[in-house]
Amino acid sequence: MKQAHQNPSENPPTASCGCSELSESEMLKRLDVIIDTYQSTDGALIPILQAAQNLFGYLPKNVLRRIGERLHIPYSQVAGVVSFYSFFSTNPRGKNLVRVCLGTACYVRGGKEVLSAMQKTLGINIGETTEDKMFSLEVGRCFGACGLAPVVMINDDVHQRVKPAKIKELLGAYRDAKQPTQEAAAC
Amino acid sequence: MIKLTIDRNCVEVPPETTILQAAKKIGIIIPTLCYLQGKDPIGACRVCVVEIQGGRNLVSSCSTPVNEGMVVFTNSPRVRKARKLVVELLLSEHEGDCQICDRADDCELKTLAYSLGIRESHYVGEKPKRSLDTTTAALMRDSGKCIKCRRCVTVCNEIQRVGALFPQNRGYKTLIGPAFELGLDDVPCVQCGQCAAVCPVGAIVEKSHVDMVWAALEDKTKHVIVQTAPAIRAALGECFDYPPGTLVTGKMITALRRMGFHAVFDTNFTADLTIMEEGTELLMRLKKALVDKQPVALPQFSSCSPGWIKFTEYFYPEFLSNLSSCKSPQQMFGAIAKTFYAQKKGVRPEDMVVVSVMPCTAKKFESTRPEMSSSGVKDVDYVLTTRELGQMIEAAGIDFRALEDGQMDSPLGLSSGAADIFANSGGVMEAAIRTAYEIVTGRGLPTENLHIQPLAGLQGIKEAALKLEKVLPAWSFLEGVELKVAVAHGLSNAAALLDLIKAGKAQYHFVEVMTCPGGCIGGGGQPRFTTDEVRQARIQAIYKEDEGKSLRKSHENPDVKKLYEEFFKDGPCGHKSHELLHTHYVDRSDKI
Ligand code: SF4
Ligand code: SF4
Ligand code: SF4
Ligand code: FES
Repeated sequence: MKQAHQNPSENPPTASCGCSELSESEMLKRLDVIIDTYQSTDGALIPILQAAQNLFGYLPKNVLRRIGERLHIPYSQVAGVVSFYSFFSTNPRGKNLVRVCLGTACYVRGGKEVLSAMQKTLGINIGETTEDKMFSLEVGRCFGACGLAPVVMINDDVHQRVKPAKIKELLGAYRDAKQPTQEAAAC
Repeated sequence: MIKLTIDRNCVEVPPETTILQAAKKIGIIIPTLCYLQGKDPIGACRVCVVEIQGGRNLVSSCSTPVNEGMVVFTNSPRVRKARKLVVELLLSEHEGDCQICDRADDCELKTLAYSLGIRESHYVGEKPKRSLDTTTAALMRDSGKCIKCRRCVTVCNEIQRVGALFPQNRGYKTLIGPAFELGLDDVPCVQCGQCAAVCPVGAIVEKSHVDMVWAALEDKTKHVIVQTAPAIRAALGECFDYPPGTLVTGKMITALRRMGFHAVFDTNFTADLTIMEEGTELLMRLKKALVDKQPVALPQFSSCSPGWIKFTEYFYPEFLSNLSSCKSPQQMFGAIAKTFYAQKKGVRPEDMVVVSVMPCTAKKFESTRPEMSSSGVKDVDYVLTTRELGQMIEAAGIDFRALEDGQMDSPLGLSSGAADIFANSGGVMEAAIRTAYEIVTGRGLPTENLHIQPLAGLQGIKEAALKLEKVLPAWSFLEGVELKVAVAHGLSNAAALLDLIKAGKAQYHFVEVMTCPGGCIGGGGQPRFTTDEVRQARIQAIYKEDEGKSLRKSHENPDVKKLYEEFFKDGPCGHKSHELLHTHYVDRSDKI
């Protein structure tokens, strides 16, 4: 059997979204309020998922389980709906968002190699977050810096002519930075 | 009525009929993959396309209703080409190792590809990620073989109301299965195998015990015995091209003996025993309620069907005390085989191997429950489905159709007709009433042929009431009581019934639930494909078996009586019976 995803974690989503002052039980209480608001409407599932993602920044599994339980919808169905829409994310966002450009120019000038080096270095796939919650990895479509391809964006910083061999170093600067360059989007 | 022409034949059908159904009526079988009898068509596979004269596009016949004057072609060159394309595309994504596939014998995709004349693959597609799910005791899932027809999703969600399976992701990445690629054991799957029964391909199959059973039969140090559930005799013949509903009890016994089992016994024997125990339990509950005025869980629910037990443990834990504490006949058999029979034989329980042949995949799970080792070792070692037994008989080179009839061995082989009908929805209840009525009144059940008509058939929820009058003095507290019973099959029907009971909208004394539609004859381990017509045919066969016996009531089974005299000396629900024949249940509601 293939192992279940390592992300998202079953753990309470307290630390990753900047609302760390809220305990898990308080978070779930707020989730219950959301569910109560929508419960009686038809097709309540999607609005509830949206509101919950706004609240937590992403949709942790314990939140999905709670929603299923309260709405009497099987967990597998809730997960099915969540995975159908790319809008929903079940992965917490890391402190730093890494986006590798795979626009045409970057693609032909080594973007793919940069991406696979990035995946290897971080040990995660596209759409995932490292276990220490430092990095999330995504793919971009042209950041408008084609002349300097391949391009990688980390948070708001554009890095040009990135070489696979230099990636460790590049990421190191962000890992070591005491304050993340940008607070992860949530709350 | 609506008149139309299909392949130059005139046909008249009621409005709302689909082209697929209308064609079937005149003997034209349009191939289908996603369509499931009795359920709304989802129109996903497009294998069932037909051409309508004057229409620009081909339409899927499973979801298109007939129209007056319609002219339909189900086998035009355009249709054949379109079907071929659909199947070729499916094959391009498919892990096609037919030679070693569990479904080599009855795969709908393979048959379709063959009949459409596909002899080479034109498309080489990228194959989706393949993963195997072996987490449950009963089932295996192979995503590489799944064609995403969603029949299993419909069955698991709508017929069983379990919801373990659902489409995950979207488009090319779609996977049919539990949340987040979890294993079936990580979500509340009751292991009923109804998904495996409807899957057209080898994407969900039972976990095979065939090799283990052959190994046991080869092991000279083991005494290997077999028990066969009542539903096998009405379905095994289908593995050897007999029409559904052919009784093959005698041939089945001979085949098992030839395979090398040291004794061939009958789960029917412990079905009779179950009636003694479960009936006594019910009368005790009623006494507690009516005479002692003590709080007691009523209605009592039957407990023969392990999928139903697990369903209650997950979704309705508040009803656990309503479940009869009786083990299922399979597990009662294992427990007495490795104690009573082992002692008689002078065999140590650890040197005995008990094999079951069951119509059910959940029985594989049930045999692994930790509670099911009353003899000190695992009471039932291996569980074969009807399909697995058919396969073993074939592998052994036994010409099944040419076999003579054999007889079950003693002392665990004799049974009443009441035990046979355990195979059908309504049968356990009828068997219980045949015995309870007679115990309480001293008279035989006054109904025609001992049947309780309202409880028979395929309606999802059935009810009956029976007034107890002129009862024997020992049961005077039941004088004038109207015994109310209900029967449900298919877990969505069971859930609907539980919700009614919970809301106080229905009151019963005794409720029978079978996990699978139609009861065990429609079990997840039966030969494919089980339609309602097949269910009806098997049910008829079982009633025939029952009516053909001189012994029709469980309490009249002389070997059951002897078992109480020699072994369970303190009677039904006595101390020893509690040790061996009864069990307890686990609240699993935190796992949903
Ligand atoms: S599922 Fe059918 S087509 Fe696929 S490998 Fe098995 S037998 Fe062959
Ligand atoms: S075995 Fe039954 S409960 Fe489990 S997935 Fe299949 S249909 Fe659903
Ligand atoms: S597992 Fe079988 S029934 Fe379920 S979607 Fe796949 S092919 Fe269809
Ligand atoms: S059977 Fe009609 S679309 Fe699949």
